[in-house]
Amino acid sequence: MSNDKEIIRVEKLRREFIVGGEKVKALRGVSFSIYEGEFVTIMGTSGSGKSTLLNILGCLDTPTSGEYLLDGVSVQTMSKNQRAITRNRKIGFVFQNYNLLPKTTAIENVELPLLYNSAVNARERREKAIAALEAVELGSRLNHKSNQMSGGQQQRVAIARALVNDPVIILADEATGNLDTRTSFSILMLFQELHAKGRTIIFVTHNPELAEYSSRNIVLRDGKVVSDTANPHPASAKEAFENLPKDND
Amino acid sequence: MNIANLLKIALKALNNNKLRCFLTMLGIIIGVASVITMLAIGQGSKNSIKEQISEMGSNMIMIHPGNMQRGGVRQSADDMQTLEVSDYEALQQLPGIAAISPSVNSNGQLVIGNNNYPSSIYGITPDYLDIRKLKVKDGSMFTEQDIKSAAKVCILGKTVVDNLFPNGDDPVGRVIRFGKIPLTVIGVLESKGTNSMGQDQDDVVLAPYTTVMKRILAIDYIQGIFASATDEDRTEATIEAITEVLRTRHKIKEDADNDFEIRSQQELSEMMNSTSDMMTVLLACIAGISLLVGGIGIMNIMYVSVTERTREIGLRMSIGARGIDILSQFLIEAVIISVSGGVIGIFVGVLASWLVNIIAHWPVYIQPYSVVLSFAVCTITGIFFGWYPAQKAANLDPIEAIRYE
Repeated sequence: MSNDKEIIRVEKLRREFIVGGEKVKALRGVSFSIYEGEFVTIMGTSGSGKSTLLNILGCLDTPTSGEYLLDGVSVQTMSKNQRAITRNRKIGFVFQNYNLLPKTTAIENVELPLLYNSAVNARERREKAIAALEAVELGSRLNHKSNQMSGGQQQRVAIARALVNDPVIILADEATGNLDTRTSFSILMLFQELHAKGRTIIFVTHNPELAEYSSRNIVLRDGKVVSDTANPHPASAKEAFENLPKDND
Repeated sequence: MNIANLLKIALKALNNNKLRCFLTMLGIIIGVASVITMLAIGQGSKNSIKEQISEMGSNMIMIHPGNMQRGGVRQSADDMQTLEVSDYEALQQLPGIAAISPSVNSNGQLVIGNNNYPSSIYGITPDYLDIRKLKVKDGSMFTEQDIKSAAKVCILGKTVVDNLFPNGDDPVGRVIRFGKIPLTVIGVLESKGTNSMGQDQDDVVLAPYTTVMKRILAIDYIQGIFASATDEDRTEATIEAITEVLRTRHKIKEDADNDFEIRSQQELSEMMNSTSDMMTVLLACIAGISLLVGGIGIMNIMYVSVTERTREIGLRMSIGARGIDILSQFLIEAVIISVSGGVIGIFVGVLASWLVNIIAHWPVYIQPYSVVLSFAVCTITGIFFGWYPAQKAANLDPIEAIRYE
């Protein structure tokens, strides 16, 4: 896959915070490239810098030094507003706690990113939102409100929301962290399906088990990349899901 | 993001918190309603004072002899004989004057049969009715011919009629005596009641000025001149013109004082207006304060709302909302609250003004400008008090906001 287009390139990425008068080095020179169509897990224990890395990759934060190119464009030089527009057009976020708007229907939640894109009119917005919800198999629950859905369904809505603007990369932050095993696998299945369709996905997690389902695994420790291994034969989440003991109690 | 989307989002957010939204609005509703009602009451009372003054003859100008010194002794106005019929005739030619009448009066006993009553007789011309806004109810007014011939006729006020004809007889055509002079009653005035000074305006007898001058007082000067300007705004100019004419006629030197005094109702009306203006300002201040309190209510709620929806703000930012989008969203929410509160407040204010009029019988007048003003103030209040919380929301760090618990 390395002959594909380079979606993300980070070089000697450093990020320092001042906490209580002390300098905390969250990232100490991280470099890697991610190509189109990869499903990368970024793994690390808490304090390894993975959240900081995710924030930078997601254009929510900027590095103290180093280079970050997203889809060939340097992010450091962007203004706050340009980064917001980049997030809107090129990135799809999936969060651990779904972050759906309360008392709002699935379709309205999915439409949300397109509301911030004035190039998309109301009809297109609706069509795209329906397509995204159908892609996550929620075509039948368009008008369910977020509080009327299970955790798994809510996360599917969140994934649909991440897909709706057709981003170059999907960033998932512990996307299965709040779900039980069965639902986790079904979400993972969904990610694998999206990957199979050519989506580029970065999945940040602290759970080492998930590494075997991705095509590449980057491990962070104390702000540095300690391993970066390709996984040419990822395990199938579908099989794992089907092999789970049936709920019979 | 376009306005339609912003409105949609804001309405949705407000819809999620209907009660809170309504309670916040209530502050604005009360504020606007009180501004409108207070201004309506203020303007209503101003109008009614104005009406009362104009009933007395708002553009009335009174000319009396005055300020005359003879060998260092100031003379009483009654003793002065500086105004003459020729003065009156000269002033008649002035362009700014709508009606003019000389005035001579005398106090005396009115007698008919067994009844008698002390009153004042005013010698005037028919113009006097226009000046004082009087009307002849029964009978008719005397004519120019009666003035020329110093006819022994008179018009009675209602109080005089009541006292002289206690049995309710028709006074028209009867002959009464003023002192020794017999006068035929040819008309009765419509009752005007007491004026704002508490004077009975119906306690009068009107007669041609020539009759009073020649037959009753036996004088060749007049005691005063009543006139009215063609309209209220021209009163000032007319007074100046009158002064000019009288000074020339009386041959008063450049630096000498006038030997007459001119008064108009304008001072009175200005005084009354300034009182009611002050009241209006006072009422408007109170109302303004309640609008301010309403605005602070909006600010308070918007703050709570921003804190409560920190996660939502973080999410919106992470999916591409710019600072300006978040700012406009919260600003529009604040403006919707204040503007819809304002619209409801206008209705409540109009209703309240109407109720004040119906129940308390206070005169009210809703000024169109007060509606426009309070609507504008509401929008500004919304923007002003919504700005700070919205700014706070827009400046949130998305990383922290999205993980806010």
